[in-house]
Amino acid sequence: MIVLEKRPQPSKAWSYATPLVAVVATMVFGGLLFAILGKNPIEAIGTIFWEPLFGEFAFYYRPQLLVKGAPLVLIAIGLSLGFRAGIWNIGAEGQYIMGTIFGAGAGLAFYPMEAWFIFPIMIFAGAFGGWLWATIPAFLKVRFGTNEILVSLMLVYVAEQFLASVSLGLLKNPEGFGFPGSRNLQSYESAHNAELIAGSGMHWGVVAAFIAVIFSYVLLNRHMLGFHIRLTGEAPRAAKFAGVNPARLILFCLGLSGALAGLAGMFEVSGPSGVVSIDFNVGYGFTAIIVAFLGRLHPVGILLAGGLMALTYIGGEIAQSQLGLPAAAIQVFQGMLLFFLLAFDLLTNYRIRAARSEVA
Amino acid sequence: MKFTTLMASAALALGLASGAMAQDKTKVGFVYVGPVGDGGWTYEHNKGRLAVEEEFGDKVETVFVESVPEGPDAERVMTQMALEGADLIFTTSFGYMDPTINVAKKFPNVKFEHATGYKTADNVSVYSARFYEGRAVQGHIAGNMTKSNIIGYIGSYPIPEVIRGINSAYVHAKKVNPDVEFKIVWAYTWFDPAKEADAAKVLIEQGADVILQHTDSTAPQAAAQEAGNVVTFGQASDMSEYAPFPRVSSIIDDWAPYYIARTQAVMDGTWESVNTWDGIREGMVGIGEISDAVPADVKEEALALKAAMAAGEYHPFTGPINKQDGSVWLAEGEVADDGTLAGMNFYVEGLEGDIPQ
Amino acid sequence: MDLGEINPILLVASLMVAATPLLLAAIGELVVEKAGVLNLGVEGMMIVGAISGFAISVETGSPWLGFIAAAIGGAVLSLLFVLLTQFALANQVASGLALTLFGLGFSALMGQRYVGIKPPSMGDVHIPLLSDIPVIGPILFQHDPILYVGIAIIAAVWATLKYTRVGLILRAVGENHDAAHALGYKVIKIRIIAILFGGACAGLGGAYISLIRVPQWTEGMTAGVGWIALALVVFASWKPWRVLLGAYLFGGITVLQLNLQAAGVAIPVEYLAMSPYIITILVLVILSADKSRAPASLGRTFHASH
Repeated sequence: MIVLEKRPQPSKAWSYATPLVAVVATMVFGGLLFAILGKNPIEAIGTIFWEPLFGEFAFYYRPQLLVKGAPLVLIAIGLSLGFRAGIWNIGAEGQYIMGTIFGAGAGLAFYPMEAWFIFPIMIFAGAFGGWLWATIPAFLKVRFGTNEILVSLMLVYVAEQFLASVSLGLLKNPEGFGFPGSRNLQSYESAHNAELIAGSGMHWGVVAAFIAVIFSYVLLNRHMLGFHIRLTGEAPRAAKFAGVNPARLILFCLGLSGALAGLAGMFEVSGPSGVVSIDFNVGYGFTAIIVAFLGRLHPVGILLAGGLMALTYIGGEIAQSQLGLPAAAIQVFQGMLLFFLLAFDLLTNYRIRAARSEVA
Repeated sequence: MKFTTLMASAALALGLASGAMAQDKTKVGFVYVGPVGDGGWTYEHNKGRLAVEEEFGDKVETVFVESVPEGPDAERVMTQMALEGADLIFTTSFGYMDPTINVAKKFPNVKFEHATGYKTADNVSVYSARFYEGRAVQGHIAGNMTKSNIIGYIGSYPIPEVIRGINSAYVHAKKVNPDVEFKIVWAYTWFDPAKEADAAKVLIEQGADVILQHTDSTAPQAAAQEAGNVVTFGQASDMSEYAPFPRVSSIIDDWAPYYIARTQAVMDGTWESVNTWDGIREGMVGIGEISDAVPADVKEEALALKAAMAAGEYHPFTGPINKQDGSVWLAEGEVADDGTLAGMNFYVEGLEGDIPQ
Repeated sequence: MDLGEINPILLVASLMVAATPLLLAAIGELVVEKAGVLNLGVEGMMIVGAISGFAISVETGSPWLGFIAAAIGGAVLSLLFVLLTQFALANQVASGLALTLFGLGFSALMGQRYVGIKPPSMGDVHIPLLSDIPVIGPILFQHDPILYVGIAIIAAVWATLKYTRVGLILRAVGENHDAAHALGYKVIKIRIIAILFGGACAGLGGAYISLIRVPQWTEGMTAGVGWIALALVVFASWKPWRVLLGAYLFGGITVLQLNLQAAGVAIPVEYLAMSPYIITILVLVILSADKSRAPASLGRTFHASH
């Protein structure tokens, strides 16, 4: 008989070791999967994890890790603050879309004027769009006690319809021969979120992601508000006695996570992507939830988890084109990675012991 | 070192390194927007890729990445293919247009082929199919087959490609059946089989006995089969599993001839940037077998129509055709120019309702 | 424009079909949530059910065997969720999302050989006399058998929750797992059964799409129904018959929207497509005045040594 025993303190050693154990387990089972699909498992796993970092073309893939990881980290940081306080924003995808629409819309409103203040206005508009979209569930929760998980999730679908609507209507490129999609912001200098150093992958969104990590770290560890957030999540009743105002906390956490998701969308549309289109959103908002958990809701952990997710995306694409692995196999591989990371997390908080029968 | 120089020198080094190798193997990359198992758009492009492999055997190596989102992910996948020595890259979705142009700038020695777009460069060609020619044949059959005089049309999004198809089908249905009426439903999705099934059922319930679809799943076929007396046409692929009835014919995307020809051109060193808009004549648009459920004389007329387009003798948009508001679009004998067709955003006279904006 | 072209009888009949996958998935999730577990992996379980059912019915030629396989397929996938959340005590939100990611990929791998195949047809039940009644006949008595199975499951869940000891225990576990545990109920065991039931129902819902509603197999064909099912459970405020009502409302809006378009009514499609979600939010707000709130232990991890 095996029993779990809760550790009085989460194990430090295991909290560092479990991600490694999980990655190794994923490699074993993923390798098995690739072998079943008739591929050389060592080659496949090597391609996914090694090629982007140290392969022949790493000079290109390393910056791409930043580009792919930045929106995930930016969104996940915002979500993690709420998650710590037990406030569940599942609708970051919708906030990301609204940030995109507001940010790009603000920029395009000035087209073709060139001025230094356009980009800052877009940043503000993008953050506002995301904030607005997240404040709806926050307000409804505070005012009526509705469940924020569901309201924020519903608003994702509403946002997707908005996106389709503006791509075909309001923001449609007038010189695009009737095709859906906006003007390309990459060719509108004042609105273009260009790489700060060419070829580095560093654009303002990456900078924002790093700032968010630092900000969140400081907030959680050095600031009263961070203490309140942690307290509310760990001991809601104690938080009440400590004078935490739950309504304000909800508005703050949801609003901030929405604003960050909106920023992520705005930086994406004005930089790497360039165009508002019907299929603009590719699931960053949902993947970021996973990233937040993989990172144990810790700012530095999220940074690493975002990098890991980006690595499996990019490595997965390389494996597809070099080895002919189907995209679905990569998806299953990512799923496995998450399963193992979540499962082995058990070891951080619990001890596994073989119990003697009289105790059980 | 600036990134572009870095990239160019890497490409150059590769070009030199693989130059010796390239003599025996040409590498062709394909970027797909959906999974190869979508049974429609991407499925047919992948069939084109397999045809290239079959045609050239050992002389060619093909690679593909599926379900690539439009935007930065597409750009990365194209770059990756170019870095790994692809000589020719087909990017098969409209949303890949700007990424294709961006990557092509960095790799002047790699040839790019972008499907359904309008931006070209020295090393970027665009290609698309004149599906509206196939719609003309469908319209002709549909106009003859309908007894209720109501034809249902399932559109994806209101974009020129779809509007062109509706207009073409309507013009030719109207020619053989002046009483015909089109009911148009926009699904507002590229891919949602369940919604397509709903749309087909709705159209059937409202009296349509012919369904045309600009969506790729077989859901409307199944709905028609259940209804029993409704005619359908295959879309993207032949959908022959529903032949001979309700599916009486189909429009097939056939990219193989084009892909083979362009690969050959790269091998021969004769590749040039072109703007291709091929139809029935070149074999890019195929008309699936017209089944015996269609009366023999109608079938014959439809085949004659197809033959006339294949011979270049007939253009589906030949005047007189008015716009929906009654203003003249094409005078007697006038043929639509490709520019207007490419950006078509109006209905022809007789169609009811507005194009949603 | 001619609203007279919309046939209300056929509209109701077809919205019932459109609602069935949603209804099946939602009633399963309702039981899961009643037991205090939030499984966001409905979409993943549905798509695995869709391919399991499709593959088996193509191989055996029997749609019935297909549906059984779909239920098993969905339940087997939910077993992963059980392992994660009930044994490894992982976070339910993250586990559910991982389940969906895994399910979508896994189903695509399983389905590679089944693209472009037509499954065997199940056919509709034609109950003599009843199906010939005007108006009511076509609405109620001319459907495929699974549609009735779906309604039967709703009735069964309702009766079980309301009148049986099992239902009482299930609710107790969902409301306060520590108290339930103190009373000697096997919290984990009950939750496992609930999760497996939810998986099986989601699998059935998925197979309804791949075998009856569409019918064909293509990757990702559930196209988000699983997420709507999650909304529906809340919309229904965890009451079985309201799931039925809500499913018809959700399905009905889609069908009605298409009907209006076909009748030539110029409607802003995007805004109508948003409406089910906005209505759900409104319902949530209205329900907040109601006492029927979420199960108190929803989404919380249970460990006996707490």
